[in-house]
Amino acid sequence: MELKDKLVSSFLAFENHINIDSKVHDIRNEAMKTFENEGFPSKKDEDWKYTSLNGVLKHDYSVFPKQEKALEYKDVKKYFIHDIDTYKIVFIDGKYSSHLSETTHDKIDVCLMSSALEKPKYELIIENYFNKVAVKDGLSALNTAFSREGAYIHIPKNQLVDKPIQILHFSTGNEAALMLQPRNLIVVEENSHVQIIERHQSLTENPVLTNSVTEIFANKRAIVDYYKLQNDNQEASLIDNTFIDQKRESFCSVHTFSFGGKLTRNNLNFYQNGERIDSTMKGITIIGDKQHVDHNTLVHHIEPNCESHQDYKGIFGDKSIGVFNGKVVVEKEAQKTNAFQANNNILLSDKATINTKPQLEIFADDVKCSHGCTIGQLDESAMFYMRSRGIPKKEAKALLMYAFSNNVLSSVKIPEIKQRITKIIANKLGVNIGFDL
Amino acid sequence: MLKINNLHASVEDKSILKGINLEVKAGEVHAIMGPNGSGKSTLASVIAGKEEYEVEKGEILLHGENIDELAAEERAHKGVFLSFQYPVEIPGVSVTNFIKTAINETRKAQGLEDMHAKDMLKKIKEKAELLEIDRKFLSRSLNEGFSGGEKKRNEIFQMAMLEPKLAILDETDSGLDIDALRIVANGVNKLKSKDNAVIVITHYQRLLDHIVPDFVHVLYNGKIVKSGTKELAFELEEKGYDWIKEEVNA
Repeated sequence: MELKDKLVSSFLAFENHINIDSKVHDIRNEAMKTFENEGFPSKKDEDWKYTSLNGVLKHDYSVFPKQEKALEYKDVKKYFIHDIDTYKIVFIDGKYSSHLSETTHDKIDVCLMSSALEKPKYELIIENYFNKVAVKDGLSALNTAFSREGAYIHIPKNQLVDKPIQILHFSTGNEAALMLQPRNLIVVEENSHVQIIERHQSLTENPVLTNSVTEIFANKRAIVDYYKLQNDNQEASLIDNTFIDQKRESFCSVHTFSFGGKLTRNNLNFYQNGERIDSTMKGITIIGDKQHVDHNTLVHHIEPNCESHQDYKGIFGDKSIGVFNGKVVVEKEAQKTNAFQANNNILLSDKATINTKPQLEIFADDVKCSHGCTIGQLDESAMFYMRSRGIPKKEAKALLMYAFSNNVLSSVKIPEIKQRITKIIANKLGVNIGFDL
Repeated sequence: MLKINNLHASVEDKSILKGINLEVKAGEVHAIMGPNGSGKSTLASVIAGKEEYEVEKGEILLHGENIDELAAEERAHKGVFLSFQYPVEIPGVSVTNFIKTAINETRKAQGLEDMHAKDMLKKIKEKAELLEIDRKFLSRSLNEGFSGGEKKRNEIFQMAMLEPKLAILDETDSGLDIDALRIVANGVNKLKSKDNAVIVITHYQRLLDHIVPDFVHVLYNGKIVKSGTKELAFELEEKGYDWIKEEVNA
């Protein structure tokens, strides 16, 4: 059976299984219709021209894992940012693991989507925010139809959240092939500040496809810093759909570190609904083999005096493929917009590919918008300079790559993440640089 | 220490060095002078192991060992140092981190442990003082936005840190004002010993007022056409290179 048919037929069973009176029921039904109409995107869609899902859709994925499996913290500790205290929301094969998690309801809510969807005390928030910013395309609709589990984070106003929140998804290989559809809702009220780290990790070679949707609402003067660490194994694919609704004077940043996985597609969308908003998107992609990473970004400048900053760096080896498709829309009312976009790439092999496509749609006349894309090789004169000082070729190359990605790392506000990324890069390149940049 | 026999080298099939013979012994300072385009920088790059240059004939012996097949970093580990005419900017890597990496990689190649952090700091402080380098300067990105003088001073600082056996200074005086020239020359002189050697490549004589050579060679059209003592440098300063060219062409 085709995956689409399987999903459509699973849906009824899924809806019967859970509270049918939920208001979300109508939303799910509607979403299922959308998915039935739209299906999965194909290369005929302009936004999917360079990324084909055929290779990942061919598996016979389990949509509902049959068995549960427990994991010991010591066995998965390395996937956590464990050298600092954090809140943790952990899922194993899509099911919440209370054993590995550390949630809270003290002043803030860091808990589960499933309880938020069911318990009356969250009803108002769900009504106001759930599925309000997610775009109704096939993939997001599919996630909405099956939305049940994920992270629910609500930060009331004037709260500086005392420690970062980690959202981790493990898949154990219990199923021959597994499809996961986590759904996250993050609402940050006025003047509050939160830092979130998200990671998906498969622990075996069994295929995993994750189609995740995250909705983030940053209200007046809120600050949200989001870090996505994508370093999964060769059989794991991720479609990340993130939608961010920003109100006036809010600041949101999303850093995406893509170092692994078979296919990774990041749909990252910012909507600026207010003045003096800052939206920052940064990414480092370092891949090889036949890996494929696609960044598809959108910033919608709707009101005046806002800024957006995009800085994506990519290093591509072997037969890997990179895609950057960055769209910036500046509405007529959005005067005095400052929008910057940069995408710099290094190709390490003749067989690696990068497709980069900036799209600027500007309807206002008093704006500053810039974009720049570069594709190059490693600087040979810099290589000789370093080698002539005794730094071997491999290490010199690594050092240049650090240097290349450093702009992106410099805006990371959690030092442990910076160290972690530095280590991953060093591991990836098989070197020990001996210092943190 | 260094012996070059009948060295021919080319880049992209263009022949640049056409039979160089040179011997540099420990404790000596050699100056290589010559008009633009004579092959001075090529000679420096070939000794240091730049891959774009192809050695077609001849050999380069370091302590009696042919280093032709060695990579640039392996030559560095054996004590060769090239101070670049145009040091490369490496944004994102600080001067300190760069030199730490260079030293520890060299030590690793020599089978030694990493230098102790405390000793490293002490050495950095000492050598920075020698070259009148400010502490703040050391945390800046390597060569990024440095003035010409700062770049050259940083090159000699790295030389001081690495303590090479054979230092080649390629046009180290270019872009230096008189104070920077004095500081750089003073640094080089302090590092000189009976166990190491220096090759100074320069277009002008002024650096040689500060770093006094034992021998002066004139490179022209890919060959050393004249060798002498420091007096030759004065003669070149006074009369230019035309008389050399005439002599060669005659």
